[in-house]
Amino acid sequence: MSAATTTVPADARPVGRPLTANRLPKWAPAGVAVGSIALGCGIGAVGGLESKLQWGLISAALFLIISYLLSAQVEGRRQAKDRFATSVVWVAFILAVVPLLSLTVYTVQKGIGVVDGDFLTHSMMGVRSAGPGGGIYHALIGTLEQVLLATLMAAPIGLLTAVYLVEYGRGTLAKAVTFFVDVMTGVPSIVAGLFILSLWNIALGFNYSGFSGSLALAILMMPVVVRSTEEMLKLVPNELREASYALGVPKWKTILRIVLPTAIGGITTGVMLAVARITGETAPVMMLVFGAAYINNNPFDGPQQSLPMYIWQQYAVVNNDYGYARAWGAALVLIAFVMGLNLIARGIARWRSPKAGH
Amino acid sequence: MTSSTPAAPRGRERRQRDSRVGDKIFMNLSRGSGILLLVVMAAIAGFLTWRSAIALSKNEGNFLTTFEWTPDAPEPVFGIAVLAFGTIVSALIAMAIAVPVAIGIALFISHYAPRRIAQPFAYLVDLLAAVPSIIYGLWGALFLVPHLGGLNSWLDEYLGWTYIFDQSRVGTTPRNLFTVGILLAIMILPIITAVSREVFRQVPRMHEEAALALGATRWEMIRTAVLPFGRPGIISASMLGLGRALGETIAVAVVLSSSNVLSLHLLDPGGGTFAQNIALKFNEAQPFGRDALMASGLVLFVITLLVNGAARLIVARRKEYSGANA
Repeated sequence: MSAATTTVPADARPVGRPLTANRLPKWAPAGVAVGSIALGCGIGAVGGLESKLQWGLISAALFLIISYLLSAQVEGRRQAKDRFATSVVWVAFILAVVPLLSLTVYTVQKGIGVVDGDFLTHSMMGVRSAGPGGGIYHALIGTLEQVLLATLMAAPIGLLTAVYLVEYGRGTLAKAVTFFVDVMTGVPSIVAGLFILSLWNIALGFNYSGFSGSLALAILMMPVVVRSTEEMLKLVPNELREASYALGVPKWKTILRIVLPTAIGGITTGVMLAVARITGETAPVMMLVFGAAYINNNPFDGPQQSLPMYIWQQYAVVNNDYGYARAWGAALVLIAFVMGLNLIARGIARWRSPKAGH
Repeated sequence: MTSSTPAAPRGRERRQRDSRVGDKIFMNLSRGSGILLLVVMAAIAGFLTWRSAIALSKNEGNFLTTFEWTPDAPEPVFGIAVLAFGTIVSALIAMAIAVPVAIGIALFISHYAPRRIAQPFAYLVDLLAAVPSIIYGLWGALFLVPHLGGLNSWLDEYLGWTYIFDQSRVGTTPRNLFTVGILLAIMILPIITAVSREVFRQVPRMHEEAALALGATRWEMIRTAVLPFGRPGIISASMLGLGRALGETIAVAVVLSSSNVLSLHLLDPGGGTFAQNIALKFNEAQPFGRDALMASGLVLFVITLLVNGAARLIVARRKEYSGANA
């Protein structure tokens, strides 16, 4: 339809008209966006829709429709489709930014008032759950110990596996390891928890402890370390290895002294990202560490606490406003810790990434 | 092994022997780690099967079709019908929302955004993949749920005729599978975006320029050059996201108000997922109840294994963007 209406003026264009005559001006998308947001809010306000979400969705839909129709009128069908695609991509971008931004802002907003010196240095021992007070000291200790233990187990195994895959691996075994490492990254955390429960607690008869939690965390961490280390080792130029062999250095020494130091920045980044990932795991810890209200410094004996589980308990078990406040405080600490690790890790990656061969 | 040639000086010979021994130790260590990983995977399957077999042998109901979950009753009855339904439906909702949006964001970063915005934004998306799921859950329960009430009654009002958006009791708190699907969509956005973005970046520049030179608009260029090249990557990215959505535990447990009801009314509270059910029932479960939960965990394990394995096989030809470290 619109093709017919647009071809006529295009053919009838007077000789002297500029090329940009049937193009929308540069500010058109922004103008349409502002217009449709205003319209969307207007419809929302008049229609009495209480949720801002609906306002946003209406605005987005209006933006898509108006920009398509406008462009189809002025520029023709093909251009209109192009504009429509561009608009869709921008809307997708905004759709993603809104919840993610809201999540961060909301957590900071709710948590900032809770976190103070007392909150960080006290446990929940003797604190009435239906009252204020209490803190996350025991959870911090637990999380740090469990994550440290898990890293001590997973990082060496993951590193060696990656070395095997890159430096030694040939044939079926290497292929099988590669495939199952990939598949293992997708193992749900709760399944890892169930496995350790059946192996460590049921078959071997151990009790709840921080350590059994860290066993499950190690399972979740290993494949991530393998994958990232593998990528980094592959980036080490082969010339370096060959130079080392040419000087008569044995393979194992070449790996330890040449290959690993060259890739150490990237490997550190990978391990830190993996640490950040397991720090936030709730499900396996919930099953295996059990959650104590008191301070337990020994991860090998008796229930401990951890930050994610603390949040869960304060939300689901305590389930009142005081509990929510404590949960948000702990969430802020957790998110700051994880984000901090991420930022540092990516900083290291930029600073010391091996350059691919010249 | 070491053929002792008297001509070689002693020190050199020892060094050579050391290096061989060192090589052997190091190689076996690293191969052993690889094998250990395989053993762990096998052990996960083995131990869960062992406990499940115990549980299933005493189950009075049909494991596949029973709705109830009462393994600790005198006559243990439990089945995964509700859980399988809830898991698949919530994951499908999540995929339906997340995949198109994620492709949009990936295109935005790789082809649309000005460079100044694209880089920091890609970085931001990666950071968001690191937000712990318990925090998504907390935010979902205390922020998203209250804000979705309006949308729910809206859908009920205008799309109620589709049956799935029909709400039996208008105005119930939206702790339902639909909300869970939206939350899961937000959670898997970063991984799908990260993997697809890498694929889109690797589209040969020549293809794009050829399309543009033939007079294609930007969208036509993307449709004819970028998307066909990126299709396997998009598929495997989506399946990675699907794997995460299927196995997500704590966020679902926080948001969903579960019950053993199997209903296609997505806006009614109720239903459950494998992982959520395990997390919720675990604390009060007796030893036998734990075994029953392990049986459901085994089903979840097998499903995620199949989904992830399929994703890997599809993307196997293009190893470089497997996304495992995203």
